[in-house]
Amino acid sequence: MAANGKSNGKLNDLAGPSLGGKAYPIEDHHYDVIVVGAGGSGLRAVVGCSEAGLRTACITKVFPTRSHTVAAQGGIAAALGNMGEDDWRWHMYDTVKGADWLGDQDSIEYLCRNAPQDVYELEHWGMPFSRREEDGKIYQRPFGGMTTHYGKGTAQRTCAAADRTGHAMLHTMYGQALKHNAEFYIEYFAIDLIMDDTGRARGVVALNMDDGTIHRFTGNMVILATGGYGRAYFSCTSAHICTGDGGGMVLRAGLPLQDMEFVQFHPTGIYPAGCLITEGSRGEGGYLTNSEGERFMERYAPSAKDLASRDVVSRAMTLEIREGRGVGKDKDHLFLHLDHLDPKVLHERLPGISDTARIFAGVDITREPIPVLPTVHYNMGGIATNYHGEAVTKKDGNPDSVIPGLMALGEAGCVSVHGANRLGSNSLIDLVVFGRAAAMRCAEILTPGEKQPPLPADSAEKALARLDKFRNASGSTPTAELRLSMQRVMQSNCAVFRTGDVLDEGHKLIHDVYDNMPNVKVTDRSLIWNSDLIETLELDNLIAQAVVTMDSAKNRTESRGGHAREDYPERDDVNWMKHTLAWMDDKGKVDIDYRPVHTNTLTNEVSYIEPKARVY
Amino acid sequence: MVELTLPKNSKITEGKTWPRTSHATHVTEFKVYRWNPDDGQNPRVDTYNVDRADCGPMVLDALIWIKNNVDPTLTFRRSCREGVCGSCAMNIDGTNTLACTKAIDDNKAPVKIYPLPHQPVVKDLVPDLKNFYAQYSSIEPWLHTTTATPEKEWKQSHEDRAKLDGMYECILCACCSTSCPSYWWNSDRYLGPAALLQANRWVQDSRDEATGERLDNLEDPFRLYRCHTIMNCSKACPKGLNPAKEIATLKKALVDRQL
Repeated sequence: MAANGKSNGKLNDLAGPSLGGKAYPIEDHHYDVIVVGAGGSGLRAVVGCSEAGLRTACITKVFPTRSHTVAAQGGIAAALGNMGEDDWRWHMYDTVKGADWLGDQDSIEYLCRNAPQDVYELEHWGMPFSRREEDGKIYQRPFGGMTTHYGKGTAQRTCAAADRTGHAMLHTMYGQALKHNAEFYIEYFAIDLIMDDTGRARGVVALNMDDGTIHRFTGNMVILATGGYGRAYFSCTSAHICTGDGGGMVLRAGLPLQDMEFVQFHPTGIYPAGCLITEGSRGEGGYLTNSEGERFMERYAPSAKDLASRDVVSRAMTLEIREGRGVGKDKDHLFLHLDHLDPKVLHERLPGISDTARIFAGVDITREPIPVLPTVHYNMGGIATNYHGEAVTKKDGNPDSVIPGLMALGEAGCVSVHGANRLGSNSLIDLVVFGRAAAMRCAEILTPGEKQPPLPADSAEKALARLDKFRNASGSTPTAELRLSMQRVMQSNCAVFRTGDVLDEGHKLIHDVYDNMPNVKVTDRSLIWNSDLIETLELDNLIAQAVVTMDSAKNRTESRGGHAREDYPERDDVNWMKHTLAWMDDKGKVDIDYRPVHTNTLTNEVSYIEPKARVY
Repeated sequence: MVELTLPKNSKITEGKTWPRTSHATHVTEFKVYRWNPDDGQNPRVDTYNVDRADCGPMVLDALIWIKNNVDPTLTFRRSCREGVCGSCAMNIDGTNTLACTKAIDDNKAPVKIYPLPHQPVVKDLVPDLKNFYAQYSSIEPWLHTTTATPEKEWKQSHEDRAKLDGMYECILCACCSTSCPSYWWNSDRYLGPAALLQANRWVQDSRDEATGERLDNLEDPFRLYRCHTIMNCSKACPKGLNPAKEIATLKKALVDRQL
């Protein structure tokens, strides 16, 4: 049973270190594997490691089914071929092209080749996929950028459970974790990584929000599955919990984040609430119009039209609004039409967004269009990893140097299958394929019960100092005010279109916010469910990634995928077909270096896909 | 035995009235339950005046507005803000629902907000749901099969899949269970509507091969039969599901198998 916070570790060291005259007793827990985060990728890793006989702890700041995976709507991509011919190589081609050739092709091959078996596995676990009327197989729908025959036809590749695919998947995976008696530490907030002198990750220090106790989790592998940092922006589809806590921990550990300038704007966030309307709505036949009633996507993407990839559609929408063809009083948004579709189809395949549109926009989608606007949705960047999920950095000239003891998955990671732009429905498959790959790697390189070398004497000190600092923060600016200034800067200076001037200004403004962090004011001084403190720790994670995002964007003088520079409108493969690596020191100074994009594939069954112009 | 009045230290007192922001013209009053485990005080109800010109339309927007602008110590769970994660379930204007999908204007002013009823309170609007989650895991929410697993998917007809509609959408927010008087009195032994709806979700799944064991597990005067068809669950569900109907289906299945 997944008892909340049930401790199986040894209690020792209760005297513990003290800080500022106050003692923070520490409870120790030893495991083989520590997973931080209980969304799709975290749960898949937990299940896989448990199956392999590795003692695994899953630490999560929210109850697992509250993780943001639950909000994924449209589906999970896999070339099952249930709706017509399909081939994982076509899926690979689409993903490489969607990524604007910044994706690592070995990882992309691994993703697309393994996608079908991992979808079947979810189905075998009980996931309630929608079904075909003809034969009871899994229903698949068209999605942006998904084609057959290397761009020639439209693929129906995205497996769906109506428009609640992430919800169905996350609940199924949590059930599977229960089946394997996985050990959860629920509503524990990870404060910091424990790194030893050799540069090995050894565990995490976490705060149990329920009773305010401090816990030190050590293991031979730490897997960060902490999600994205969408809340660095003012308007995003991301949940309030999407604060990139793993990315923050990694930056503080002196390790780099990769490709942070690539932020995906989803074309259809509800105006102005920001809630997501799935791309599946366009997959089922929906289309966008401007103030003249024109289906403008036909001009920007003559072949794929409304099902071009997300960066293309978001840019087209932004241009329409900029050129005065927006709708509404302020001409600042556009319309998504579903009112021409059969209400029966809407009811069966898009019931969730029917509710969302009614509640948040007051719209009956069978009769009226939905007001929409491109909205921050996904971070392509994150902790660089190889296709086993192992975190990598550039060290001593080796761009693929594995960071021992550390893995990263899902939106927190950057295995770089999404490159410069993720295709819709490729994130859910990313979660399960690489969650499973990471567990397989753990099974391969770890021995259950393996002894762990002694921890550094000050293993918890950094984390406790961080906690204590914010707990007693008595500056002049409340957390909410600082957070709002960060979100405003990111929204206005690091948006769909970028220019050197705007980014220079953004660089100054976001560093001003960062420099103001020592002035933060926390009002709640308690340790039990102190959400004022937790939000401040989260803000500290967010602002670091906001700074790195802005500076990486300023640095990249080309346009590629989600990073569109008006002053450098072309993709520049000669100078820029490389991953950005960004480190940040404790003064907020960002250092940038690069890793080459992997141009090798894993097998001879597919060869390297050469870059070419990206037209939809 | 039966306690007819709250113990002294649980009686709710009148709390603080927080000053309104001076420039606000359109204001809605909120009365919010507060309890801090650290200060040894009784629970209280604080009064806040929310500036509607500066605040989104939902009750969750108002709570966040209060936390950001007036009182950072106000404590509540929230995550997706669009009704799919189930974090922000609470009692609003006398009804259990999600703060993120409940419009402020759909309530009588002042808007009264309490934690989900009859659960231990951790702090303010945060209830302890450990027992609720344990009951959910007790119904074994995963597919049980004995037949060899196929290489591809299990086939499921369109009609069979449709039997899961109205159940698989449950977000485990606990609005239903904590609205049920029977659950209030017997939550140590009665599974409550959420867990029972989930139990039926697996009983009805055409792929599942443990229907008999699942029903055996429910054939108990408490686990299932403490449902007295009060129907508060179905009235409360913020996702429009009907747990009472699913419980009735289970009861019927138990009778049917004896005939």
